[in-house]
Amino acid sequence: MSNVLLQLKNVSVRFDDDQILKSINLDICDKEFVTLLGPSGCGKTTTLRIIGGFVEPDSGEVLFDGKNLLDVPSHKRAVNTIFQKYALFPHLNVYENVAFGLRVKKTPEDVVKKTVKEMLSMVNLKGFERRNISTLSGGQQQRVAIARALAVNPRVLLLDEPLGALDLKLRKDMQVELKNIQKRMGITFIYVTHDQEEALSMSDTVVVMNQGVIQQVGSPEDIYNEPVNAFVADFIGESNILDGVMLEDYKASFSGHVFDCLDKGFDKNEAVDIVVRPEDVDVVEPEKGMLCGTVSSVTFKGVHFEIIVDINGFKWMIQTTDYSPVGANIGLYIEPDAIHVMKKSEYSGAYGDYSSFSDEIDKLSELNDGES
Amino acid sequence: MKNNNSAKTQSEKKRSLSGILLSSPYLVWSVIFIVAPLFFVVYYAFTDRNGNFTFDNISKLGDYTGIFIHSIWIGLISTVICLVIAYPMAYIMARSGARRQKTLMMLVMLPMWMNLLIRTYSWMTLLQDTGIINNLISAIGLPRIHMIDTSFAVVVGMVYNFFPYMILPIYSVMSKIDNNLVEAAQDLGCNKLNVFRKVLFPLSLPGVVSGITMVFVPSVSTFYIAGKLGGPSNLLIGDVVETQFKASNNYNLGSAISLVLMVLILICMAVMNKFADDDTNMIV
Amino acid sequence: MKTTSRVYTALIMIFLYAPIAVLIFFSFNSSKSNAVFESFSLRWYKELFNDTQILQALKNTLIIAGLSALISTVLGTAAAVGIDMYRKKWQKSVVLTVTNFPMMNPDIVTGVSMMLLFVFASKLLNINGILGFWTILIAHITFNLPYVILSVLPKLRQTDPHLAEAAMDLGCTPVKAFFKVVLPAIRPGIVTGMIMAFTLSLDDFIISNFTTETFQTLPLQIYSMTKKHVTPSINALSTLIFATILLLLILSNVTQSRAESKLNKEIREGKKQKRGNN
Repeated sequence: MSNVLLQLKNVSVRFDDDQILKSINLDICDKEFVTLLGPSGCGKTTTLRIIGGFVEPDSGEVLFDGKNLLDVPSHKRAVNTIFQKYALFPHLNVYENVAFGLRVKKTPEDVVKKTVKEMLSMVNLKGFERRNISTLSGGQQQRVAIARALAVNPRVLLLDEPLGALDLKLRKDMQVELKNIQKRMGITFIYVTHDQEEALSMSDTVVVMNQGVIQQVGSPEDIYNEPVNAFVADFIGESNILDGVMLEDYKASFSGHVFDCLDKGFDKNEAVDIVVRPEDVDVVEPEKGMLCGTVSSVTFKGVHFEIIVDINGFKWMIQTTDYSPVGANIGLYIEPDAIHVMKKSEYSGAYGDYSSFSDEIDKLSELNDGES
Repeated sequence: MKNNNSAKTQSEKKRSLSGILLSSPYLVWSVIFIVAPLFFVVYYAFTDRNGNFTFDNISKLGDYTGIFIHSIWIGLISTVICLVIAYPMAYIMARSGARRQKTLMMLVMLPMWMNLLIRTYSWMTLLQDTGIINNLISAIGLPRIHMIDTSFAVVVGMVYNFFPYMILPIYSVMSKIDNNLVEAAQDLGCNKLNVFRKVLFPLSLPGVVSGITMVFVPSVSTFYIAGKLGGPSNLLIGDVVETQFKASNNYNLGSAISLVLMVLILICMAVMNKFADDDTNMIV
Repeated sequence: MKTTSRVYTALIMIFLYAPIAVLIFFSFNSSKSNAVFESFSLRWYKELFNDTQILQALKNTLIIAGLSALISTVLGTAAAVGIDMYRKKWQKSVVLTVTNFPMMNPDIVTGVSMMLLFVFASKLLNINGILGFWTILIAHITFNLPYVILSVLPKLRQTDPHLAEAAMDLGCTPVKAFFKVVLPAIRPGIVTGMIMAFTLSLDDFIISNFTTETFQTLPLQIYSMTKKHVTPSINALSTLIFATILLLLILSNVTQSRAESKLNKEIREGKKQKRGNN
């Protein structure tokens, strides 16, 4: 994972008055599974379209194998795309769709035949050659799109929310299948999604974006365990984000208590954001807890209970397997390695506690927003 | 950063440019053959035979006020009758099964494919004093009725020729009304009459409006029908225009009449469209 | 309720078809009358087929309809594709207003205005008797264009904008992508537009009446025939036209429903296959 294949340098794009990308810098390695993750309108799709050759940036460079990519028209790039709604050609059958790119390149007919057969068997669509596109289910159309893009042997495959239109179960299956295909083909996948779970489970590297800016680049574990700011912490998984003060190295104060932690290198008494994941909080007897509070709601989630605890006006979310009734007084115990300290950023204070459940509203607005 | 401000992304700009390039033959064509001819109408309307500016043609229009009013009257009557006949038919079509809808649609369309001249000619033979209808009437012992060369015959011809244009738009709007709306209205306590009054009719109005324009415009402006069925006393404005251009060779007066006709009709359409907008707004 | 609507439908159909039925019936009449049937004869058909003027007019009509449909389809499709690419709203609305104009304007005014243009051109170019083949062709192309454009534009809007990109992504140049992918996707709209243009052109007589003198089409021929007296050859001609239209409609319906049932069958089989896979 060392050889860089694709480089974006200071790439900026604006549509009319909207700055879509603000001087993006990104290196993507060969054979890597990279996911661009962010809410709609964050610029992830635009980034993908720049690499695909469908949007020209206003400034900045894109290098492919060290050579300038921006001068190469889209049809000559060794990069192929799986489009959001697949963009299968409705007037061609499955076989002709997969053969399309090869035909354009004037590939000999026997090679076409062999490649199409290979591709269709790879995506488990053997026997569908003569079928009309309109008679396929969403999942099948998805597979045809993958076979069509891979048939021309690209170095990089761009996937724009490819699983967005599928139902949950099919989505999970396709996630595994896509990952397998990427490994088998040994090529780079650049994957765009707003689904953090999808991003974490599939990627080698996750690029979190918001408002045209890359927030954080790292492995799924890094992103989850060491978010750089409140936005990333809130967007990836559930988190309790509190105002705190770094008293000295390994000592943080928040919620009226001084905690041991593993972070260092901050100024003395620097104001910071503290992140504690709900599953990292242990529920103990009130007298044994570092913090104490009253349970204000309990929701059964199958594997665990989701408990909202009110501590000094801040609503904590805790995921635990132990049931505590509403109104119970409980203590919280937090291990040093469960505390993540982040520098203050523009997002500080933007994401509060769980006093109002914003999840559902987030999801609704995501559905309503068109992707840009 | 400076060059950023000017760009509406370069790819977009290129697309827009090739769009104009692709449509340019049509743009040139429409300027020469749609826009320019209208200026000629205006030019001829305000000049005399020698090309000198004059208001004579416009002032002579006074002589044709009667014909204008008669044309609009005939157009209005024909349009109303078309609406009254066509609306129930469109409703019946929209409420029947898919296969039946298709067949009825075809049956309504089929006569429209016949030439207007032929359709009018057939009525001419039917309505004559010695025509089939009168033969039938006298066969049952009643006196023959004089129908040809009357306003009645003109209206019959107009209605026959244009009422499919009334059915089609109303039908196509009605067939797209979600049946759930009807059921919802019934659920909320509407009886059949109220479902029609409160749901179906308001929703079908856009179709009614476009049907009215599609019938009114040709029935006011066409020639031939009135000439054939109405005789010399029932000439309409279209027939007058035709005479000016084809027989009297008075292009100037003909242009003046055409200009007024065009303006009248465009005003009518604008008013209709305004109505339609207001109506739909009211519903929403 | 049901019987009421049946009766109503029947009455409408009688109103629509009785005049045509009468024409057809009397086309086989041996006498000149359109009211009294004497005896069966094919006299008027014979007369029709011996009328070289009518046959020539028929040929002319087909030439004009074919040519004007073809040219307006090419011009109009290019225009629609171009208009769809405009990014500025005002450009689009100006062009669409001009496009809509001939459809709203009374035909007679369109015809008269074009006649004035041609007369002006004939003075300018010093050509006598300019009103003929070329002028009627131009006129027909002009009134066909809006119908082509307005039937192609919605298809373009329905087409997934990513289709062309997908083709380019797979190695097509933009031009090739258009012909290989976009064109097939909007083909139904183009075909509809072309058929509409063809039939409008076949049928037109108001605009033709003002834009040609030397070049006679069938509607113009019928016009001059009915100007004088009742001529039963028109009955024969009408019958033939009606039969042709009926035949074409039935044919197109049969092929359409065949294609539909084929697609339905495929979908049904697809569902079966899917079930089998699961």
